[in-house]
Formats: sequence, structure tokens, C-alpha cells
Amino acid sequence: MRKLNPLFIGLSAVMLGIAPWIINAAPYESTMGLVQKVFYFHFPAAILFLVASLICGVASAMFLFGKKASADGWAIAAAELGLVFGSLTLVTGPLWARKAWGVWWVWDPRLTSSLLLFMIFSAYLLLRRYGGPGSDKLGAGMALFGMANVPFIYVSVNVWRTLHPQTSVVPTLPTDMGVPLWFCFAAFSMLFAALLNLRARLEHQRARVEALYLAEDEA
Amino acid sequence: MRSDFDKLTVVDLARHYGRRKALSQVNFTCETGEIIGLLGPNGAGKSTLLNILATLISPSLGRVEYGACTAAEGGADVRGRIGMLGHDLFLYPELTARENLVFFAQLYGLPDAPAVADASLARAGLADRGDDLVSGFSRGMRQRVALERALLHEPRLVLLDEPFTGLDQASTAALVARLRERQQAGCILVIATHDLDVADGLLSRAIYLKNGRVVGTDSDSRGLSERYRLAIQ
Amino acid sequence: MIGAFLRVAWHVMRKDLTVEVRSKEVLFTTLFFAVSVVLVFSFAIVREGRAPDDVAAGILWVAVSFSGTLAMGRTFERERYNDTLRALLLAPADRPAIYTGKLLGLLALLALVEIVLVPLIGLLFNAPVLAFPGRLAALLALGTLGFAAVGTLFAAMLVRVRSRDTLLPVLLYPITIPVMIAGVRGTAALFQATPDLPMAQFWIGLLIFWDAIFITLALWTFEPVMTE
Repeated sequence: MRKLNPLFIGLSAVMLGIAPWIINAAPYESTMGLVQKVFYFHFPAAILFLVASLICGVASAMFLFGKKASADGWAIAAAELGLVFGSLTLVTGPLWARKAWGVWWVWDPRLTSSLLLFMIFSAYLLLRRYGGPGSDKLGAGMALFGMANVPFIYVSVNVWRTLHPQTSVVPTLPTDMGVPLWFCFAAFSMLFAALLNLRARLEHQRARVEALYLAEDEA
Repeated sequence: MRSDFDKLTVVDLARHYGRRKALSQVNFTCETGEIIGLLGPNGAGKSTLLNILATLISPSLGRVEYGACTAAEGGADVRGRIGMLGHDLFLYPELTARENLVFFAQLYGLPDAPAVADASLARAGLADRGDDLVSGFSRGMRQRVALERALLHEPRLVLLDEPFTGLDQASTAALVARLRERQQAGCILVIATHDLDVADGLLSRAIYLKNGRVVGTDSDSRGLSERYRLAIQ
Repeated sequence: MIGAFLRVAWHVMRKDLTVEVRSKEVLFTTLFFAVSVVLVFSFAIVREGRAPDDVAAGILWVAVSFSGTLAMGRTFERERYNDTLRALLLAPADRPAIYTGKLLGLLALLALVEIVLVPLIGLLFNAPVLAFPGRLAALLALGTLGFAAVGTLFAAMLVRVRSRDTLLPVLLYPITIPVMIAGVRGTAALFQATPDLPMAQFWIGLLIFWDAIFITLALWTFEPVMTE
């Protein structure tokens, strides 16, 4: 697994580098024109954002109930990556909205749900940072609640917004999963996997260093 | 009772907070009828050790055995055999002495909580102050109520964190008498204290803690102050 | 087993209510704070003596959530005072039972606050609070339950944390957004000029579902999260 990291990062860097050209070459979408192309970045980012939240939730459960200490490293890594990919989603979304509708934010159900999930991640990281000793357990508890919320957030925000119907800013799944989309998806996924791995390893190494430090002057 | 025990064994106990070793390599055993003193300077880890013995904090390394089982295995039953008098007394100031005792008796599932509470009040010599709010009590009186609260369910293991702090002569004597009475009854008592004069003559054994480690033990309970100074040097 | 659980929860709740009835401190301050919130929001939103539609529902729930957060913090502060939380955890009682007791005490307090708030909202905004009392009560009860259930857990979790006062709302609000949405939209559906009963029913259903899942989660995680 570790050997793949440099490969992944290298590949994704190259792929993201040539992505603009591939996206440019892609056909124009009929109704939305050029602006729709933000989508090739927005969609993978949003999916990986969700994946990150899933990983964080599962890792937190394993840490809290399964008592697996290493799971905590994965939880933090997933949360931080969730923040990164969430930011990407929340930046590309309004960019699209601005060009398409003239305003930065239209309370679109999916973007709003993403914003809420983003806030939950931020709260989690704030707790880890400022919660003092034992905040790993507290964070794990909170993360479980956050992740259990994901379906509820989507349902309630959707129903809330469709009471006054308005065309979704974020189009539904494109029917032709064209080459550019898969290309960007692959690039982002590799980046995600590599970063997750590296960040989790950082946490595990930190814990190892601490254990070594503590064992140092044992008679 | 299934979970009752007559021996407390601490094996290679350690507790870390990040890089700070609050306790490390603590080993000792105690049996019924013993009064063990945990002696040491501030920050030596006495409170941490007491909290671990009370199952409130889990150790980073090592284990505590209550008879044959550990805290994790024993669960709630083991907790039912432990009584603790904390440094902060664990009393609700907005309730009366009687209400405090009744509440904890109910929490511990003792039958006829009011009668138990009355008996405890009598033993503490506070039967006439039972309906006064605890917030109006002096430190000594609060200590007496808190001690009875800790002993409501007749625990096997009694843990006391700095019980002699702020007590006058009479209260100290009363506390010592109660502790000896418990010792006769077959309890294991572990007392963390600074008060060497009182501890002198009371303890069956002294364990000296410094920087989270055991730096010495003593079975001779006379001349404690001198030997403490030597041990902690 | 269940008997012991309920017994412990009952005693913890009674103890909390006894303490509260003596001083009434948390009750009065929470109540006053809730009313202040309503007024402040009214000043912000009411223009030329008229409030935009649906605002009554929003203000009601904002007041409940803000004052609820304060009340939660206070009730656990009391347990921190003489370290009595430690004494509670030391008892051989089921830990989730202690959580339940504290939750019930908090709910009783918030119920009193809402009994004052609802008529107040009805008065200030001409909201038809008596039109569908059953459904309104259901929304308030279920919403407050969900909010308080998560809040009690988080407040207990944060009892030993230094920045607990700021971290509690930071953690609580994002997690309880679905409850807020359901509560506000459900109440708004009831207060509308032409009430939308199926909508209100939908939100009540969502709340039941949310409450069931999250209370279960809270009962599961209380013990592992509270052991140091």
C-alpha cells in the first residue's frame, strides 16, 4: 500500500495537469454551455467528500467500540481530507451558480447539505484541536453522530428546498459518463487515496514516537 | 457476593497523558484489614492512582485485579464493592445531608434508603442536622457526610483522597476511629494523604510515590515523617 | 434489568428536579433568556409592525435551541462543581441510566420554557398556536427530545474540557440541523394561512425516526465516551 503512494501522487499530478486540455476538448453540454465544465471537478470532489465522511464514521466506530487504536489515525485523516474536498465542492458549486444564475448562493439542496456536512467536519476538527486530553474519544463519539446524520441532512434539506420548487443548480448525474469525467474522477481518487494514506501514517508514526518516548526510561 | 474480593493486586500499572507519565511501573498488593497509605509530594500521581483503583480512569498499561477479575471483567459489580471519598467530597450542596445520602443509597440500589441514610447520619453524629443544606456545613461536617456517603453500601475497598485536609482535632480523631472500625470489619483502605502526623500509627503500610513511580514501601508505621523525607529525597 | 435502569433514571431525574426547584436558578435564567431571544429576533425581523410569514415558527425554534443549549451547560456545570459526576459514574448503576435521568430532567425544564414561549409567540405574531394543539405539541416534544438527547450527551462529554462553553454549541448545532429544519418547517406548515397538515405529518415522522436513531446512538456511546 505504501509503495503505491508516490505512484498515485505522481500519476494524479500528471493527470490533473493535462485535465484542462481534456476538459476543453469535451463536447459542450447542450443546455448549460461552457459553465457546465466546472462539473468535471465538482462532481468527483463531492463524491470523495461523501466517501471521506463514510470513512471517518466507520473509523470512529472502530476506535470507540472496537477499541482499535490505529483507527483513530484514519478518522482524523478522513476528516481533514473531507475538509479539503468539501472546500473544493463548496468553491466550485458557487462558481457554477454565479455564472449560471448570477448569484453566488441559491440554497441549492445539495450544496446546502454539503455545507452542513462541512460544518460537522469542522466541528470535529475543532473538538480534536481544543478538546484537551481524551479528545480522541470525544471526537469519535461526535463523528458517529455526524455521519449518522448524513442521510437525514440530505432528506430534510431536500424537502425543505423543494417546497418552493426551483431548478437544481447542481444538475443530476450526467447521463453520458464521458471520458473527461472518468479521467478527473480517477485523478482525484488517486490523490485522495494517497493523501489519506499519508496522513493516517503520519498519525500512526506520531503515536509510535510517543510510545517509544514513553518506553524510553522504563527500567 | 460473587464479585466480592479480599485481595487487591496492582500489576505494572502505568497511566500516560500524551507524553507525560502520570504513573509508571506501579506494583503492590493489599489485603483485607490493611490500611495502605499513598504518600508523596503534589503531582506524584496519588489522585490518579486512586482514580484508577476506583475504575474511573483506565490504565494505559498494566492492570488492577480485584480478587480474581479486573475492572473490565467485573463491571458494575466491582464498582458496587468500592467506595470513594474524593478530594471534592462528591456532595450536592443544594440538597440536605439526608437527601444526599438517600439519593446515593437509591442509586446504589440499597433497600430502604431512608433508614440507611438515618443510620449513616447517626454514625456521623449529624442526626440533628440531617435536614440542613450541605452548603451550610463546615468542612468537617461535610467530610463526615461525604465519608458516610462513601460507606453507605459497605464497600470492600475504601479509597480516600486527602481525607484529613482542613479537619480539626475532634473531626480527625472521629475519622481515624471510623477508619479503624472499617479496618476491623475487613475492608481494604487506601488513603492518599499529606498529613504524616495522623498517618503515623494509623497505616499498616506506606507506599511512597514520586513522579508517578513507587520509590519505596514501609511496613513500620512509626516515625513516618522522617522516613518519608528519606524516601522522597 | 429494565426495572433497575428506570429506577436509576428516575432517581437521577428527581434529584435534578429537587435541586432545580430549590434554587430555580436555571429555570428563571433560561426562561428569561428565551424571551430575550424572541424579542431580539423580533426587533431584527419585524418591520413596520408586520412580520414576514413563517417567521414565528423560526423564532420559536431558535429560542428553544439557544436557551436549551444554555440549560444543558448549566445542568452539567452543577455536576462538575463538587465532582459529583464522578460519584455518579462510580455507582454500580448502568451508565446509560444516568444519561437518561439527566435527559429527563432537562426535558422537564425545557417543557416549562416552551409552555411560556408558545403563547408568547402566539401573542406577538398572531400565530394560530391553538389551531392544531396535538400536532404542535408533537413537533415540540419530538424536536426538543432530539435536541436535548444529543445535547445531554455532548454536554456530558465536554464536562472536563476547558473550552466547553464554546464547544457545546459548535458541536451541537450542526448535528441537530435536521431537527431544526423539521421543527421549523413543521411548525410553519401548521401556522400557515392554509395549514399544510400532510407536510406537518411528514416532519413529525422524520423527527420520530431521527429521535429513535440518535437516542439509541447516545445510549450506546455514553459509556465509552465517558470513561477516561
